[in-house]
Amino acid sequence: MTRADSTSHATPERRSRRLPRWPLGSLLIGVVIAVHPGARAQQAQPAPQQPSEIELRISGDPGAPPRYAVPEFVALTPDAAEAAKTLGQVLWDDLNFEREFYLIPRDTYATVPVARTREQIAFDAWRELGADAVVYGTVQRVGNELRVEVRLFNVRSRQSAFGKEYTGPAANPRLIAHTSADEIHQQQRALRGVARTRLTFSSDRNGERVAGVFNRDVREIYVTDYDGANQRRITANRQLNITPVWAPDARAIAYTSYRRGYPDLFVALIYQGVQEEPTRGVGQNWLPMYSPDGTRIVFTSNRDGNPELYVMNRDGSGVRRLTNNPAIDTTPTWSPTGTQVAFTSDRAGTPQIYVVGSDGLNLRRLTTTESYADRPTWSPAPFNEIAFAARTGGGYDVKIYDLASGQTRQITFGEGSNESPAYAPNGRHLAFTSTRTGRPQIFTVGRDGRGVKQITRDGSNYTPSWSN
Amino acid sequence: MRRFTILLVFIALVAVTACARRVTPPSTTAAQPAPTSVTSDAPPPPPERVEDVVPLEAPAIVADGALTARSLDDLNRDSPFKPIFFPLDSAEMDEAGRRVAAANGDIMKRNTTWVVTVEGHCDERGTAEYNLALGERRAVSVRAYLVSLGIPAARIRSVSYGKEFPFDSGHNEEAWTRNRRAHFVVTSK
Repeated sequence: MTRADSTSHATPERRSRRLPRWPLGSLLIGVVIAVHPGARAQQAQPAPQQPSEIELRISGDPGAPPRYAVPEFVALTPDAAEAAKTLGQVLWDDLNFEREFYLIPRDTYATVPVARTREQIAFDAWRELGADAVVYGTVQRVGNELRVEVRLFNVRSRQSAFGKEYTGPAANPRLIAHTSADEIHQQQRALRGVARTRLTFSSDRNGERVAGVFNRDVREIYVTDYDGANQRRITANRQLNITPVWAPDARAIAYTSYRRGYPDLFVALIYQGVQEEPTRGVGQNWLPMYSPDGTRIVFTSNRDGNPELYVMNRDGSGVRRLTNNPAIDTTPTWSPTGTQVAFTSDRAGTPQIYVVGSDGLNLRRLTTTESYADRPTWSPAPFNEIAFAARTGGGYDVKIYDLASGQTRQITFGEGSNESPAYAPNGRHLAFTSTRTGRPQIFTVGRDGRGVKQITRDGSNYTPSWSN
Repeated sequence: MRRFTILLVFIALVAVTACARRVTPPSTTAAQPAPTSVTSDAPPPPPERVEDVVPLEAPAIVADGALTARSLDDLNRDSPFKPIFFPLDSAEMDEAGRRVAAANGDIMKRNTTWVVTVEGHCDERGTAEYNLALGERRAVSVRAYLVSLGIPAARIRSVSYGKEFPFDSGHNEEAWTRNRRAHFVVTSK
């Protein structure tokens, strides 16, 4: 299952690179899935009655995850054939990603007769294949839109446990599948899926060089769907642009840019094509991180002579100094409640992880057994842990410090150097930079270290951040 | 163009040896990453050996007239400044580093209008994030030393590039040694 997962998104969409400078606003802002008002009535949602609600949840054999089959969708119009393929594959991948279900490999479905209508679903054949649940989906093209119906059937009871109709732009069937996957995870497992989230990262894939005399590769900021599809550039200043982070509303990205010859913070409002410079004119500033409520940014600055942490409102007002130590204090991250900040300091001689209250009080050191630790990233609830990069031998591995127990576990093990971990919004996955395939690339992995999946393949790619 | 440059260098070298030999900093070659000055006493090279002569521009640090005539890009391409190298995980200059810094300071004292940016660079064995601060430390420590030697602080900017712009793309000790450095760039003259 995980093997299929790791190879299922081998093709990043390169055509996005030719888009103009600010393509996202026009392309994505309109991508709102409209659930038909009438569709709600069709959903298999009986009156709120305890026994019926329980029936909606499809279970597997005792102690085993439910086994799902997601065949190709049925194209109700000939021009929806391509979308039908995409919908089935992407929904399979999305449902597989959280590992709440066992997804029966699609190449084993050949023995099951294809259903052109709901009535033709071959429940007996699905049951013989070991399926507990089967998705039946249809798609038709109406003008520039796709009308998609997704139903999830309990193979034993032959009843519909989930049913929804979606309308979305014909150009992006993947988003419809992602939406459906998130809703199925929510309905079946009370789980917040991440299928509609995105990553942002820094990349030199354009192959351009910084103007001047040196052989220096330009780095620009990119975004991608969580699965590596739809990779797009959002900056174009031919300078060094690094360490991007999402704002909690996923509509802005703050990053460090050298476009003025020194590191400073910039905020890209990605749907408006607007650039903000909240720290302009005051020292050099880098490594921004939004507070969980999006109102504040913590960052590193040398404005008082050496690298210290500062907090400001997101518009640059109300700057407050958070640390005061002649050593380096850097790489801050917020706790989920916004009341604490974890960061890296070498005040004890080597870089180690510390936590301080967002009022600057109650400083304490977390890592004590690492020779070198950096890039703390605080998990969302319900997990209460901090991932970081730890020096292990010649490179780095991602480790996770559990705040309740004080125990540290390791989730990568020396396959290349592994740095810059960033949590998914549901806390179940991390993105990180790894050299395991050669040049630095973005990967994702479960918080248990399983299910490593490569997201980027073009150029060198660094420092991911995962959107809400 | 190249011929003209070589001519300038030649004139410069004559000027140097004639009247200002002792001004050449004693240790500049020690920190040079790729020693290329071995041909300095060689007889006039045949035309196809011209490429080998070009690095000799480096010793021409006292030929201010020649340097001033060059564009900033040319100046930085064959910079009179030498990089200052640092130990792993450290922003402390050692004795050799201070000698190079002092020599660079002498160049600044002779070219009183020059403004330089000291870039702090790190090797790939540190993390991307911490290296941004470590590179800052390296640049600032060189800047502070130059100021202590009497260079006005306003003429020295510092900036860290962390490990983002390695000078040697290799993944071995030699490359790492070359990449842990403070690098001087003339930004105004």
